[in-house]
Amino acid sequence: MAVANVSAHDVSNHDHHDHEHKDNFITKYIFSTDHKMIAKQYLISGMFWAFIGGFLSVLFRLQLGFPDMDLSFLRPLLGGWIDASGKLDPNFYLALVTMHGTIMVFFVLTAGLSGTFSNFLIPLQIGARDMASGFMNMLSYWFFFISGVIMFASLFLEKGPAAGGWVVYPPLSALEQAIPGSGLGMTLWLIAMTFFIASSLMGGINYITTVINLRTRGMSFSRLPLTIWAFFLTAVIGLLSFPVLFSAALLLVFDRSFGTSFYLSDIYIGGEALPNTGGSAVLYQHLFWFLGHPEVYIVLLPALGITSEIIATNSRKPIFGYKAMIISMLGITILSFVVWAHHMFVSGLNPFLGSIFMFLTLIIAVPSAVKVFNYLTTLWRGNLRFTPGMLFSIGLVSFFISGGLTGIFLGNSAIDIQLHDTYFVVAHFHLVMGSASFFGMMAGVYHWFPKMFGRMMDEKLGHVHFWLTFVGVYMVFFPMHYIGIAGFPRRYYSWTNFSFSDMYTDLNMFVSVAAIVTFVAQFIFIFNFFYSMYKGRKASPNPWQSNTLEWTTPIHPGHGNWPGEIPAVYRWPYDYSKPGAREDFIPQTVPLSATPESNLPHENKLVQLEKEIMAEEGDVLVANESKES
Amino acid sequence: MYGLLISIGVILLILVIWMVYRIQTLISVAKGSDKKIATTSNKVNAFLMMVFLIGCGVLMFWYSIKEFDNYQMPIASEHGIITDRLFWITMAVTGFIFILTHILLFWFSYHYQYRDDRRAAYYPDNNKLEIIWTLVPAVVLTVLVVSGWKAWSDITAPAPEEAHVVEIMGYQFAWDIRYGGMDNTLGDYDYRLTNATNSRGIDFTDKNSFDDFPSQNVVIPKGEPVLFKIRARDVLHSVFAPHMRLKMDAVPGMPTRFWFVPNKTTEEMRAELGDEEFEYEIACTEVCGNGHFSMRKVIRVVEPDEYRTWLAEQTPFIKSNPDLVADLPADLKELAEIYINEE
Repeated sequence: MAVANVSAHDVSNHDHHDHEHKDNFITKYIFSTDHKMIAKQYLISGMFWAFIGGFLSVLFRLQLGFPDMDLSFLRPLLGGWIDASGKLDPNFYLALVTMHGTIMVFFVLTAGLSGTFSNFLIPLQIGARDMASGFMNMLSYWFFFISGVIMFASLFLEKGPAAGGWVVYPPLSALEQAIPGSGLGMTLWLIAMTFFIASSLMGGINYITTVINLRTRGMSFSRLPLTIWAFFLTAVIGLLSFPVLFSAALLLVFDRSFGTSFYLSDIYIGGEALPNTGGSAVLYQHLFWFLGHPEVYIVLLPALGITSEIIATNSRKPIFGYKAMIISMLGITILSFVVWAHHMFVSGLNPFLGSIFMFLTLIIAVPSAVKVFNYLTTLWRGNLRFTPGMLFSIGLVSFFISGGLTGIFLGNSAIDIQLHDTYFVVAHFHLVMGSASFFGMMAGVYHWFPKMFGRMMDEKLGHVHFWLTFVGVYMVFFPMHYIGIAGFPRRYYSWTNFSFSDMYTDLNMFVSVAAIVTFVAQFIFIFNFFYSMYKGRKASPNPWQSNTLEWTTPIHPGHGNWPGEIPAVYRWPYDYSKPGAREDFIPQTVPLSATPESNLPHENKLVQLEKEIMAEEGDVLVANESKES
Repeated sequence: MYGLLISIGVILLILVIWMVYRIQTLISVAKGSDKKIATTSNKVNAFLMMVFLIGCGVLMFWYSIKEFDNYQMPIASEHGIITDRLFWITMAVTGFIFILTHILLFWFSYHYQYRDDRRAAYYPDNNKLEIIWTLVPAVVLTVLVVSGWKAWSDITAPAPEEAHVVEIMGYQFAWDIRYGGMDNTLGDYDYRLTNATNSRGIDFTDKNSFDDFPSQNVVIPKGEPVLFKIRARDVLHSVFAPHMRLKMDAVPGMPTRFWFVPNKTTEEMRAELGDEEFEYEIACTEVCGNGHFSMRKVIRVVEPDEYRTWLAEQTPFIKSNPDLVADLPADLKELAEIYINEE
């Protein structure tokens, strides 16, 4: 009953709800159904996983940058994975890259980003008391938590965690004889991913339902902030593609444990011929990338949405081409489902199919280009405030361009023959999907920290954090383009076995140093985050002078978000620096009739309509109140 | 001892940073500058945008030019010339956009930094602009795709009849090479026949396999089409011959192929690079286990005459190990004997 009341727009019930329901520690901080607390849970979990994932990358960067280094000092931590001569075990190296990828893609950039900001912002920005189902939302987090516990446990197995790359292609991932990580490590990976998929689906259903059903009065789809559009479309993509990953994983479980041959065929390994015939390893790749490619947009779209909002606010300008932004996101959403096979140009795929997917892939570059140009035009003639959130958003645009452009090489199958599975690919996706999404997440944390904790993060530390990270990321990933063009393959423990790749030790060392510096720089953020949570400057109700609804809540919004009635919305969220207006922003809750000095001609016509609706609403409210009493 | 000193140093450093941070915060509160928007740090950030643009731009150009010969790998196949040309055309197009958009991004950031006395322009949309920057990328991309598609169709077209067939089989963690012998036809194989003496699982009841022979290296003639028939015995592998601009996965249960025309012999390439040790190499580019980084195979490209001489000198499997055909039916065995006894 509590949940239903909280989510309903029925305001009159809400006031006594606060009094009858007292939270204790467990219901408030652990099994909370408040979307804001769940968002914080996701955020903290995401930060924990980002630390783990980043640390794993430091370990393998040590191996790649300093192949002759004596790593004995890591033995207290890694134990037997460092051999007698102080070398990292090659099997464990593969486990490191696999877990780094899995953790970063799913636990940090899917759960940490979407989980945090979809949960936090959807109800606040559309004017809802909570998610459509607070209970399912809580369940979603706890499924994710279980998934994390299982994945974390797999790091400590005797034979190591899954090690076949984050894509876990069979037969490697199906056969324990092939690599030790394909034993119990892979089993736990599959179980963890099953929980993760269940978690994403429950989250996604909630996001979609909430956006469609619980918008406040006046919040039409054409007045939604771009953040919400992005979260909404992300949830749609996730809902349609994650089940396919589940099917891929399920068939892999069958192959591993029940002797089926979905992916296995004609295999002779460990001195014996396996009985499996008729399976197709390429089938798995199709199923995997049917999620895998949309997954790129699952992590990227929320970051782009967050950025749109932050850039508009801090440029003091409406986002340029609001409709074009929505249309390009819709385009990306649809196209993201029909480009998956560009990961498989040289997998043995029918070349004709390859050419179809090449055409479809390069089409998706068009909406991406539109988005970039719109961001640039938003900055043009703005009045830019370099808050840390704004800086990270500008950083995102830069990464989105740099990484997006290299996608044009890789989407072209003829060029991809040479570049596939080289460091060029590593550079490409780390910039466009990894770093860009990570920057979107950072931007979001800096921007909405005041709303989450009622205090401000320190700006100067934020600036230092930004510049170290921004330069650091480029120093890590830009050199990888050269290494990739030179043909260095991915997931190599060492390159000295081949004369074509027996070079660039200096550049690899440089990359490793940059990676370590960038990783260490994140502790500035960690410090800033936890310090500001308790000791930061107290935030004002609307510190960035933003238009969106979340800033009309109290500084510490309770469960239910608005103490009284949910405010109605009368305009789009981007009325910044409107000519004639007194301030350089007009919140969405300000009726057009209150701003005759700044209304555009077509808005003046709407004023009349608005008045009629308000009168009607007033009648209804009065009627409700009289019924109550 | 060292550890202790280092940790004391780190702690002191953290304390110093901490003090500076506190003092800085207190000063800004005392001055009331935390309420202002157009603070010095806003200017500093705007300025750093330009520093970043120019600094990293210079670094990029300097390194790209200095290292060009290092990362630009010499090409040794005919289609490689085409794909490399496409690569550099794409590089020119995207490089131009990369530089242009970054100049705009950082210049706008610098030039439109916050000023109290200015107001941002209210400029919500312009459909003409949107249409322009939808159509222009679309047209440019179409040109790139169509040229890429033509190259791709040529490269993946069926191999010419006369292509020299080489079978490359990947396993953990090496490649096995097999040639079809004088008839250029490979005998059948079945993975269930694999054992210690028959690592490729060749089916010797197929007559075509009688003259099949193994080779330590991939030896191919210059200027003639070569067809790699690729397969894997255990897990996925991927044949990557970087100088040939060639890559194709090796999939258990699904044979794949890639044909190409090598256009420079190993000797020619050695002379060109001034490196007597140079060899064309095959590497694995699909993660396959702990030896993934060590699956090296040498390709030797020779003049066609030399190739034919070499081909004639090779010893078939059954000649070096007649036991392989010991269990064959009598008529086939008789035929096999002819191959074995042939001089």
